[in-house]
Amino acid sequence: MSEKDIAIKIEGLKKEYRLGVIGGGTLQGDIQSWIARKRGKEDPNSQIGAKAYARNERFLALDGIDLTIYKGERIGIIGHNGAGKSTLLKILSRVTAPTQGRICVDGRISSMLEVGTGFHGELTGRENIYLNGAILGMSRSEVSRKIDQIIDFSECRQFIDTPVKRYSSGMYVKLAFSVSAHLDADILVMDEVLAVGDMKFQHKCLEKMSEVSRSEGRTVLYVSHNMNTIRQLCDRCVVLDHGKLIFDGDVEEAIGLYSDIHKKDIASYHDLREAKRYIGRRDNRIVTFESIEFLNKEKNTFYDDEDVTARIMINSETKLDRVSIRFGYFDMYDRKIASSLCMDIGTLEKGENELVVGMSFAGMVPSSYRGELILFNIDSFGTLHEQDIVLEAYYFDLESRKEYEWNQLKWGSIRLKDVIKKKLKKL
Amino acid sequence: MEKKWTTIIEPKKKLFDLRLKELWEYRDLVYLFVKRDFSTKYKQTILGPLWFIIQPLFVTIVQTVVFGNMAKLPTDGVPQFLFYMAGNIMWIYFSTCLSNTSNTFTGNASIFGKIYFPRLTTPVSNVISSLVNFFIQFVMFLGFLVYFIARGSDIHITWVAALTPLMVLEMAILGMGCGIIISSLTTKYRDLQVMVSFGIQLWMYFSPVIIASSSLSEGGYTALMCNPVSPVIELMRYGWLGSGTAPMLFWGISWIVSIIVLFIGIVIFNRVERTFMDTV
Repeated sequence: MSEKDIAIKIEGLKKEYRLGVIGGGTLQGDIQSWIARKRGKEDPNSQIGAKAYARNERFLALDGIDLTIYKGERIGIIGHNGAGKSTLLKILSRVTAPTQGRICVDGRISSMLEVGTGFHGELTGRENIYLNGAILGMSRSEVSRKIDQIIDFSECRQFIDTPVKRYSSGMYVKLAFSVSAHLDADILVMDEVLAVGDMKFQHKCLEKMSEVSRSEGRTVLYVSHNMNTIRQLCDRCVVLDHGKLIFDGDVEEAIGLYSDIHKKDIASYHDLREAKRYIGRRDNRIVTFESIEFLNKEKNTFYDDEDVTARIMINSETKLDRVSIRFGYFDMYDRKIASSLCMDIGTLEKGENELVVGMSFAGMVPSSYRGELILFNIDSFGTLHEQDIVLEAYYFDLESRKEYEWNQLKWGSIRLKDVIKKKLKKL
Repeated sequence: MEKKWTTIIEPKKKLFDLRLKELWEYRDLVYLFVKRDFSTKYKQTILGPLWFIIQPLFVTIVQTVVFGNMAKLPTDGVPQFLFYMAGNIMWIYFSTCLSNTSNTFTGNASIFGKIYFPRLTTPVSNVISSLVNFFIQFVMFLGFLVYFIARGSDIHITWVAALTPLMVLEMAILGMGCGIIISSLTTKYRDLQVMVSFGIQLWMYFSPVIIASSSLSEGGYTALMCNPVSPVIELMRYGWLGSGTAPMLFWGISWIVSIIVLFIGIVIFNRVERTFMDTV
């Protein structure tokens, strides 16, 4: 693509923040410090030992970003907390200035770092549409032309002449989003604002965003932690890590890389005494999972056609009858995919108990998973009591020896038994 | 061929780039801010817009009783009530402009942190919405003026009265200029905020709001006129009540001072605006 089609060109962008306390905060304090420095004395306002820290420690929120975005592209920006996503958006939306480098922009930028900026509770919905529109850079005539569309989209027509302080929070964000969505900007910068309203409205927002970028050729920059919306909206994705751009390109690859940054420890032995538990089972347990170890494995890489043996150590404070264990499995997006049961393992004696189980993952598709462990018993009335619930017990990667590569994102997380061909012939 | 960009975001901008064109492009926003201020200020109050006139009325009554009747300060032979009210409405306009614009950054940090629009729209709309208050108070003043003339008081309206819009404009410029300088500095030094409220009170005593300039020596008069607000209050009285002097030379100086203050104010304001989110 030629120079002409560039919408945003970012060159060597850096943003530096000073760590520690910035300035004294009072004029008197700063003058004192300044005089002391002039006379070569120690700053009376610096904390003892904190001197070097307060003066010299700097932190690069963005460390040399170079990025060229062409017109009509829908770019997703992902990265864990503190990677510099929000700083980048703030500089793009001119809320704060960069320390070094420059950004050249062709076209009008509209940023939605927050919906409903400048909404005033005492004003009616209609008045707020005008006000918010003007803050976002629309003229009054522009808003007047679109007001009907905006009101219809917000689903708030009935309440449009009521002060927004009487709105429910859902109506409030719906109205706010509607204004932003109807901007005539060439470039839209958005920070997870789509996560508003109910499911139906969220879906509508996403549709609207893809519609404006596809049919009207607008450029969209979208930051989110929600990989599904990134996948739906974006056609290119960049990954930021510690202020640097570590990947730029295909959406699925970027998401894969991002998930890898989060990759969990897949060692075969896990101490469970301090592991994350269900809130109700953090204290006052009579039974505790102490550890789980997958035998004959260096790390937890399993195949979907093998049987895995695991040794689970359980500590019980009393004798407990009719005990069972449930194994739950979560995928990378924290969705529960499947569970399996180990019914009626018998009676736990007071003290340490060793349990050895054989597990199989047939049916689950190759990916990374998290395992959950639940121990329950059934009392004489037939009631089920969950005694210990370890949410993050272990992690494992599942691989397959089957020749056909499974696309988990598109086809789902369960591979049912292959369908058997009965007959094929030419008629 | 070098491409023509709409916007270039860089660490530093030219020092004297006032970006007034951009402000003009956002004039609708200024209008809506003014409208918002006016329609929300007195929602859920009992007296509503009456508050616009209660404040100057009571201040004037108190001053008439304390300075006029008890301390017996001279008022150039015009009714004390009108003398104080003429000074007050002009002073109140100046001081509201100053104090409202002086918390532009700290008061709007939550909006400024989320979205870009020319920050100057906020102080400008503040000054304009205070103008609405001034207008209502001025009408009240005219009402009392007519009442006193009807009762046969010794009042002469002179041609200087026609300059009132220029006086108000200058007060707006000076008030906003000082206000945005303070506002820019308060992003770093919060103690200035405390200074504003009592600084304004002190400033009033160095103006002719209470003092009749004719009662001063020549040196005292010159000193008083060094306060850029003084010539305006003096002219207001000369124009509408026919008392005191018409210090045209001092007014000219005061105009120059006001414009310089506003210019410096905008330069500092534009500089601070770019990074204030990191320090506020």
